Order: sequence, then structure tokens, then C-alpha cells
Amino acid sequence: MNLALHDVGVIAWRSTRRNLRQPAVVFVPLAFPLILMVVNSSGLRAATHLPGFPTKSFISFFLPFSFIQGGLFAAMTAGTDLARDIDTGFLNRLALTPLRGTGLLAGQIGGAMAQALVQGIVYLAAGLALGVHFKSGPAGMVVLVTLALLVAAAWASVGIWIALRTGSGEAVQSQFPVLFFLLIISSMNMPRNLIAVHWFRVAATINPVSYMIEGLRSLVIQGWNAQALALGFGIAITAVAIAMTLASFALRQRMART
Amino acid sequence: MASAPGIHAHGLVREFKNVHAVQGIDLRVEPGEIYGFLGPNGAGKSTTVHMLTTLLPPTAGTATVAGFDIVKEGPKVRGAIGAALQEAALDPYLTGREHLRLQASLHGLRRAEREERTAELLHRVGLTLAADRKIQTYSGGMKRRLDLALALVHKPRILFLDEPTTGLDVQSRNALWTEVGRLAKDEGVTVFLTTQYLEEADVLADRVGIIDHGRIVAEGTPTQLKAEIGRPTVEATPRESSQLTAVEEVLGRFGEFTQASPGAVAVMLDGKGDLADVVRALDAASLRVDDLRLHAPSLDDVFLAKTGRKLEGEEDSA
Repeated sequence: MNLALHDVGVIAWRSTRRNLRQPAVVFVPLAFPLILMVVNSSGLRAATHLPGFPTKSFISFFLPFSFIQGGLFAAMTAGTDLARDIDTGFLNRLALTPLRGTGLLAGQIGGAMAQALVQGIVYLAAGLALGVHFKSGPAGMVVLVTLALLVAAAWASVGIWIALRTGSGEAVQSQFPVLFFLLIISSMNMPRNLIAVHWFRVAATINPVSYMIEGLRSLVIQGWNAQALALGFGIAITAVAIAMTLASFALRQRMART
Repeated sequence: MASAPGIHAHGLVREFKNVHAVQGIDLRVEPGEIYGFLGPNGAGKSTTVHMLTTLLPPTAGTATVAGFDIVKEGPKVRGAIGAALQEAALDPYLTGREHLRLQASLHGLRRAEREERTAELLHRVGLTLAADRKIQTYSGGMKRRLDLALALVHKPRILFLDEPTTGLDVQSRNALWTEVGRLAKDEGVTVFLTTQYLEEADVLADRVGIIDHGRIVAEGTPTQLKAEIGRPTVEATPRESSQLTAVEEVLGRFGEFTQASPGAVAVMLDGKGDLADVVRALDAASLRVDDLRLHAPSLDDVFLAKTGRKLEGEEDSA
């Protein structure tokens, strides 16, 4: 167990260190969600006047989406880095050490989670500075960051799975619009019950991303909503489990060492 | 048996869909020996290394490395070997020191031992001053030296080097040769070295295996291989072109004619005389030559004799 944790720590350390040395990898995932939050909060503020809108502060409504988006950026970085390792032969270098496959996967995901944690703290601080009031209090902030890390782990597992399947950084990056589309057809901008267009409401309802956003959002605008949190955590954990399983199979095929 | 073989392979085969990359290789590399695996691009050198280092399971055949079966005892094989594979796979955003620490950590070295080994290896490969620079600032030679250091972190008994000097300048190449030679001589490390450079195999290897189209076509010490395929060639260029026939007559006494440069005569010596005898015979016949060369057989001649084509400059897409 200790050895497995050691492997995870070493790989996560490498991932974090290389990320810190690439300003674009640090800056874009920090800035873009914040910019989108400010722009959307300004442009869509009128939505809070709709009957049944759950809060008078659109920025409070929108803030949780930043965590989802930031997690997606971290996942793309993790996936692209792993694809580059495959392409350059660095994965073979790792394969020649006693590193376990689970250690490699968990380490890569750990690196993405470390990035998501730093981003999450910045989003949280920005939200508080912009006047967001957390209905669930300080404990809710901790739970929010925890759920956001789980969401980041789920995204990262997907990114790593794609990297292992394709071995191409370009292929990983080409999936970004597809995954981003999942965010757009969710309840990111509007509660599902207020989405007027039928097909959009159906799409948002069957889209698991909606429930992860709503789990995070409930902590900000509702307080402690057990159902929303159970759905948010349940879907994030299920997504991690499915994507990790797929990634493990893909790793076994990719790292065919005896 | 004096000791367990460093590397022992029997009938090793690797196929990729319709490509027969390695077609039944038998090998025996003794402990402390430098074995040069010589062949053109696409001959099956890297595929063989990938199988012996457990990165690729063979389609058929068996092999042991450091006494461990490459299929059944992969982790034990990996614990006993170090490998610098083709193209130094390094992270451009990490420093040389960080690479060594990472590698040492994954091999389970404790912090103090890790730091000591890192400093020792950086010094050994001449990268102490560049240790804290990111890899993206390293030259090709520096990357190769770091690659070698990384392969040595856990003090392996057997070292696999896959075309370690490809693309390096002469100075970097010589430095790497010196270090590889020292490892084998002073530390008893068994070295399995693939190369497409004849000179590298000739200078470094105790024994050479020539691989072509996935099969070993010749094996032995460089001296044995050269002796096996031929004798030295003498080539003479007469001062007057009118004396070409007379020079031919003299040289013909010492061996059979072989391909010569334009305006010259060449014979492969058959043992009836050496260069000095040829000079004396030409002098006795009052024949003057502008150029007289003795050409000793090279590994390229061996390759030519065994495969029907020259190795250097060969671009084999197989």
C-alpha cells in the first residue's frame, strides 16, 4: 500500500512540477473560467428575475460551473501529457521501472487533482471577493472543493483513457470541444425546470454533467441539499470508476510489458 | 557452465500483423561482455531489444536475461537491467537532476541514497554543471549522456543501449564509448548495444551479431568475422597508364583480381605474399606506381559478403 502511494506521489509530483513550468497550462485554466463567469454573470443577470429562479445572484448560480470547467482543463492537460509520454517513449522509460500501472494512472489523476485544487481555491476566493454568499457555510466550501476534485478526477480519467487509446496529444485535444459541448447542453446557465426549449431540457436532464453542477451549486445557493449532493457525488464517483476501468484496460494494452 | 549467461535467447520471434520483424534469433551474451548488434534500419534490432527488456512479449521463442525468463519473470528482469532506448525519452520541462531523482524514486532508493547516486551519476556523465537546467536547453549529446545515467540509477547488471550514438557529434560519441567501455571493464556490466555504425561495433564490441531482415546472418568477434570473409586487398595505380597490363601481371601472382578504382589494379591476397612482397615485385619489374594501398577487410565487407549489400548509407524500410 505504501509503495503504491509512493508511486502515485512521484508521478503526481512530476505532473505538478511540469505544469508549473508551463505558464499557459497554469494561466488559461485559471483565467478562462473566471472571465466566463464575469461575462455570463453580467450578460445573464436578468435571468434571476424569472419566476422560480433559485437565487437573486447570478454569479452565485454560475460560480460552481467554473469548477467543472477548470476540471476539464486539468483533464486535458493530464491527457495531453500522457499522450506525449507515449509518443516520446517516456512511458517506456516508466515501464522499465517497478512502477505499477495503477500508480501511473492514479499519479496522473493526482496531478490533475492538484491542479484542480489550486484552481478551485482561486475560483472560491474570486467568488467570495465578488460577493458570493455560501448558504452551506465554510463546511460547504470544503465539500464543494471535494466534489470539484472528484469531478476533476472523472474528467482526468476520461482524458487519460483517450490518451492511452490514441497515443496522440492532438487526439486528446480534439476531444475538448466534444466534452465542452457536454457542458453547454447542461444546466450550466439555467435551472433545468426553467429551460423553455423542450429538447434542450431533455438533453440537460439526461446529461450527467447537469447533476455534478447542481450538486456543487446546491452548496452555494441552497445550503445542504442531500438529494443534489448524493446525485453529484454519485455520478462523479461512477464516472471516475467507469473511466478508470476503461483507462486500466487501455494501459494494459499500451504498456504490454511482461 | 562457468556462470549464468547475461543474455540467452532461443528462437526469438516477433510478428506484427503481416510484418515479421524478428524471425528466430538465437543469442548468448556472457556476463561482462559488450555485444554489438549491428544492422540497418528496420532490421529488427529495436524489436529484439524491446523483447529482451520485457517491453514487448515475443510471438515465439524463449529468452532469459540475468537468468530470469523475459515472459514469466518480467519484474525481475527489469530489476536487473538498465536501458537507454532509441531517442532519449526525456521530459523537456524537468531538469537533469529531477529526472535522476524521479528514476531513483521509482526504483525505490531512499532519499539519502537517491541524492548520493544522483550526484555521482551527474558527475560521471559530465552533467553536474547542467544538472539544474531544464532538458529543453540540453544538446543531443547531453541528452544521451543523461539517458545513460538514468539507465544506471539502480546499478543494473545488464545494460541495453539502442543506437546510443545516432546523431551525436564525434566528441559526444567518443565520450559515450569511453563510458560504456569503462562500465564493462571496471564494473563488469554486460552491455547489449545496437548500432548501425560499423565503427562503433568494431571499436566497442567484444562480439558482434549482424542482423538483417530479422535474422542473425553472422556472429563472432570483429576480428573473426573479418578473417572469415576475406583477406586484405592490395590496389596499385601505375604512373603510366601504358603499364597497367604489366602491373596486372605482377599483382596477379599474389592473389585473385577484385574490383578496383578506375586506372588501378586490385587483388585479394591469397597468402603467397604480403604488401612488402608486392612492392619488391613491382620494383624488380621496374614498374612505378602513383598509389599503392592495402585495404584490410572491414565489418562492411562482412555485411556485404553476408547480405549482398553494403550497410552504411543503407535505408532499409523493411
